[in-house]
Amino acid sequence: MSTTNTPSASPSPQKPPSLLARILDSDILASFLRSKVTIVAAIVVLILFIGAAFAPFIAPTDPFDPATVFLADASIPPVWQDGGDPRFIIGTDDQGRDLYSAILYGLRVSLIVGGLGVLLAATIGITLGLLAGYFGGRVDAVIMRIADVQLTFPAILIALLIDGVVRGIFKSATREDTALYVLVISIGLSFWVQYARTIRGSTLIERNKDYVHAARLVGLPAPLIMLRHVLPNVIGPVLVILTINLALAVITEATLSFLGVGLPPTQPSLGTLINIGNRYLFSGDWWIVTFPGVTLAVLVLAVNLLGDWLRDALNPRLR
Amino acid sequence: MLAFILRRLFQSLLVMLAVALIAFTMFRFVGDPVNQLVSLDTPQAQVAEIRRSLGLDDPVLVQFFRYLYNAARLEFGVSYQFRLPVISLLGERAPATLELAFMSALFSLLVGIPMGVYTALRRDSALAKLFQAVSLIGISLPTFLIGILLIYLFSVTLGWLPSFGRGEVVKLGSWWTTGLLTASGWKALILPSITLGLFQMTLIMRLVRAEMLEVLRTDYIKFARARGLKTRAVHFGHALKNTLVPVITIAGLQLGSIIAFAIITETVFQWPGMGLLFLKAVQQIDIPIMAAYLILISFLFVSINLIVDLLYAAVDPRLRATVGAH
Repeated sequence: MSTTNTPSASPSPQKPPSLLARILDSDILASFLRSKVTIVAAIVVLILFIGAAFAPFIAPTDPFDPATVFLADASIPPVWQDGGDPRFIIGTDDQGRDLYSAILYGLRVSLIVGGLGVLLAATIGITLGLLAGYFGGRVDAVIMRIADVQLTFPAILIALLIDGVVRGIFKSATREDTALYVLVISIGLSFWVQYARTIRGSTLIERNKDYVHAARLVGLPAPLIMLRHVLPNVIGPVLVILTINLALAVITEATLSFLGVGLPPTQPSLGTLINIGNRYLFSGDWWIVTFPGVTLAVLVLAVNLLGDWLRDALNPRLR
Repeated sequence: MLAFILRRLFQSLLVMLAVALIAFTMFRFVGDPVNQLVSLDTPQAQVAEIRRSLGLDDPVLVQFFRYLYNAARLEFGVSYQFRLPVISLLGERAPATLELAFMSALFSLLVGIPMGVYTALRRDSALAKLFQAVSLIGISLPTFLIGILLIYLFSVTLGWLPSFGRGEVVKLGSWWTTGLLTASGWKALILPSITLGLFQMTLIMRLVRAEMLEVLRTDYIKFARARGLKTRAVHFGHALKNTLVPVITIAGLQLGSIIAFAIITETVFQWPGMGLLFLKAVQQIDIPIMAAYLILISFLFVSINLIVDLLYAAVDPRLRATVGAH
């Protein structure tokens, strides 16, 4: 990502108004309304987010309350198939849990893990990027060298390794309690590089500007200058990376859970549900794997489309 | 030129050293090698004896250098789960992974390049738009979902292809096993290769399309047309040839990630390769296998990057001056 993405590159001499006001005023809203695909993607993302946020209120049953789940209801097909049960619109899984409810809860877990993971990655990346760009020299060399090395490895491989190591360290705690945190840490440590590189690039430019010199002359400590003065001017492009990375993080979480090193079946994410469903594919119970799979694919596709649009809309060269 | 080669070589060595340090830290501190060798009722004196015989009482630096020395001789210790030397476990499974990776790379090139060329040349045709849509889905769908989808379609519903394993394998030489000499081996390769190669295929298709569109706009293409060359000759003789340089670079760099992504594909298809072994190691926290896999994969990545960089420098003299600058 190039440094021309910083908001400060805009030619207008006066200080720009708040971000929200600029969004409402700029071409971005217009470009959003012009692209039908983007509107659809945004609506889909919104629906999925609302479904995840309000899962406990929307879901017809609590799939993890043992009092309401009966093994006798196991593997019931969707309503429109023979043997379907109107209580379970898209059927039940191998333990008699309502699949629709399980997907809502799973979506919630997937988005929480993905969101927290991306936030952790952004925090690490922004911090290291600021340090590297502001101090330069040896700090910069070390941080960026690590970033270069990590970038040569696929994120999923790093996430798998970190997952194994973290679980090795926290062996004493039970899997169920720590699984979510292990995943967040794995994703956070796998995706920080892009943020660090972007922030470093912009910080290198900002640190030689007059306002930074002025702040230094006044005697402000370096952390304060970085956080209060440099950060607001370099944070712009991070928004795009956040969006695109959310899709990647959700895929990573789903993959790890599918591979059996993510969330356990007692606290399933979409990936765990797909993993469970995959075992019943051969017995003809196609719905257990299909509906979580489709939900995951739709979520990732919609977030990706939104991210693509955002990247183009915020890129001044394409306007 | 020599200075450049030496500098890149030195950098690669440094990276490998850092990776080895991480692997050593995992090996030594995350999993205690002794705990896995003794049972709960082993007397303390015997535990101490084992500890000494493994050299775990030596200074950490000495242990690190011993680990490096052993790693250079491909000795990575003994697996916790299998009680067998890690290197023989990995070696046994390497042919399966390499064959799968090779076939999926071949698939992604043989399908991706023609699709890319077609979508660039016939940009507005319905088929090109379909390819574009498919490529977007290919990039968005997680690998394991594609695998499940293919299994459901071709194994469960149609029953044409096997859903797991390598089929019948033939032993070549002392350790290499191949599935390429039997019909069932070929059949077993099809679905995993497509699953693994689909992402790379969409990547290559998009890359070829973008490069091709770029090249077709250049002056020498216009000049070639002006000289009255046939459209065919212009497209395939001039344009495609110049498109392929970056494509081959990317394809080379992607080879490493194919082997890494094989972890997922091998799990979906229960393919008896290194990826499946690595995944089982992560599940069981079998640190020696994880550390060894990390070192081997890193070596592969670093070598590929080094070769690509050196080839670039050999092809493009401008790079020799600038590469050292950053």
